[in-house]
Amino acid sequence: MTRLKCALALSALLLMSGAAPAADVKFAYVGEISGSIAVSGGNFRDGIILAVEELNAKGGILKQKIALTQYDTQTNPGVARAQMQKAIDGDPYVVLGPIFSGNVKVVMQMLQQAEIPHIIGGEAAELTSLGDPYLFRTSFGQQIGMPKIANFIRDELKAKTLALIWVNNDFGKGGRDRLIKELNTRNIKLVADVSTESGQVDFAADVVKLKAANADVVFVYSNEEECARIMREARRQGLKGPFVGDTTLLSQKTIELAGDAANGVMGHVGLTADAPLKEVEDFKARFQRRFNYVPDHNGLKGYSGVYAVKYVTEKLGKLDRKALAKTMHGLTITPKDEPGILIETTWDTTGEIDRISFLAEVVDGKQKITKILPKIGK
Amino acid sequence: MLADILQLLVAGLATGGIYALVAIGFALLWQTSQTINFAQGEFVMLPAFFVLIGMGYFGLPFWPAVALGTVVTILALGVLFKKLMVDPMIHHGVLPLVIATIGLAILMKEAVREFYGADAWPFPALAAATNVTVFGVAFAVQSLVILAISCAAMVALQLFLNGTRTGRCMQATAQNPTVARLLGIPVERMILYTFLINAALVMLASILITPIYLAKFTNGELLGLYAFIAAIIGGFNQVRGAIAGGLLLGVVDNFTAAYISSQYRMAVPLVFLIAVILWRPQGLLGRVEERTV
Repeated sequence: MTRLKCALALSALLLMSGAAPAADVKFAYVGEISGSIAVSGGNFRDGIILAVEELNAKGGILKQKIALTQYDTQTNPGVARAQMQKAIDGDPYVVLGPIFSGNVKVVMQMLQQAEIPHIIGGEAAELTSLGDPYLFRTSFGQQIGMPKIANFIRDELKAKTLALIWVNNDFGKGGRDRLIKELNTRNIKLVADVSTESGQVDFAADVVKLKAANADVVFVYSNEEECARIMREARRQGLKGPFVGDTTLLSQKTIELAGDAANGVMGHVGLTADAPLKEVEDFKARFQRRFNYVPDHNGLKGYSGVYAVKYVTEKLGKLDRKALAKTMHGLTITPKDEPGILIETTWDTTGEIDRISFLAEVVDGKQKITKILPKIGK
Repeated sequence: MLADILQLLVAGLATGGIYALVAIGFALLWQTSQTINFAQGEFVMLPAFFVLIGMGYFGLPFWPAVALGTVVTILALGVLFKKLMVDPMIHHGVLPLVIATIGLAILMKEAVREFYGADAWPFPALAAATNVTVFGVAFAVQSLVILAISCAAMVALQLFLNGTRTGRCMQATAQNPTVARLLGIPVERMILYTFLINAALVMLASILITPIYLAKFTNGELLGLYAFIAAIIGGFNQVRGAIAGGLLLGVVDNFTAAYISSQYRMAVPLVFLIAVILWRPQGLLGRVEERTV
């Protein structure tokens, strides 16, 4: 009788295991949940969460649910390495993040060695020039964005001199070097080159230096919080501008933090939740409903990154990391193919991205798109 | 050039005024209760979140939210801090209390991060972002307002300490609590008053600095360090030393950032601190203290 009971119990267990759902697809987010660029990391993470929730509600990828694990780099390269090792030990199918370019630089080799596809938020120019076949951007590198901004400064603003304030980290230094190169080819003179620190809170002295330069244009290149503090201080001291910048200066978070001080800011945005495109507008509404705040470009980056992985994996019909990385090189995904990609996106052989971008201005506390710029490859 | 120097001076004095308010707290608590509060920076960070909670969760306008924040700050960072942490710990000596306040700083920081998030939050400014031009030099109205409020608070405190009976009793308590007790001064109550004054000062510093720094859980790290350095440079056992140290540090910090480098803005005050410790260990305006071993 005891043997019969044991056999029945064993049979029941075997049946249950047979009926259990397939194993989860492991996604890891290794990013800046705290620290000086937590704003960007938080947006990126929430974009990922939204995409994962949507996909899981529809059955996941290849009928397997996505299990997302989060690791906080604390915006600290030392912590980022340790967290990435923990993530790799968990054997993820793909790693998303970090956003902070300095953190990307210290972890990318680890993922390359582990042969795990790496979807990053970092924008430093050099990241895609290091020959990593597993690395893919979710937004433009500076080598794509800066020429567009330099053209805008020359053609639209007719500026001859420029004062630059930038953050002294991998992101800021890469952007500064690239911008100066582009300005030189357009005969725009750099009259102030003000370096600031990541996480800096007091910009009074820096703005005095910008004022003294009396430039035609003030270019602000920093992370969102610092951009907001710079703009507040600039308005406090009556610095007239015009103020020009890239995506971070015009991001929703910068506008929210800077308040009225952000009005009048102009520039180029590679990606924005205010893009006049139906897919993006719908995404923004869903994101706001889920998280109760307006996403910035990092929200779109995280969200579209997950959908890119989903699209390629389902195209392959199997979970194969190497094949995923190989297929993404030279791939174009349109919203018609995969609505979650939001905007037609192409990755080249280095993992660099190409998509349309926007010229924008902040009007009455809102980002207003003034012009859509075509893809580089068109 | 002169215009730049004047603008930097005013901006530096405004920031320095805030450092001074926080540094005064260090000096007051040390003098009356031998407490070195390493959570002083977080004491400045937290009231801004009390105000934001008042505005966000209770829907209050700014000034009523400030009033609510002030009451909560005085209760939590004045009364409760003394009763729950300082009173039980002080009998064990200065070092355990120092360690306890370091722990408190971490707790406060992580609690804000947990409940309010790691993001920065905008905070209303006390004055519009406009300028006044004096002799052709444009000064930020906000800087002038901060400077004026800080100076008014420091003058009021000095008048209170030197011109009122309670203030003199507090000074007597600071100089020699045993003799003060023999003279019939309610020493415990005087010590409590210093904690309440410290809470009021950090509240004021919080609403002055947060519009510039934005409300963030990490704000206390830098502020606490600057205020501590200011208190040591000026003289840890003198309120006027803390004021001088704060103002001096604000100016040095701004001129360093403008004319040396932003990267070295923290290093120069530290070099200054080392020089003061080597050549005048009691601080620029401090009093020499001797103790038997």
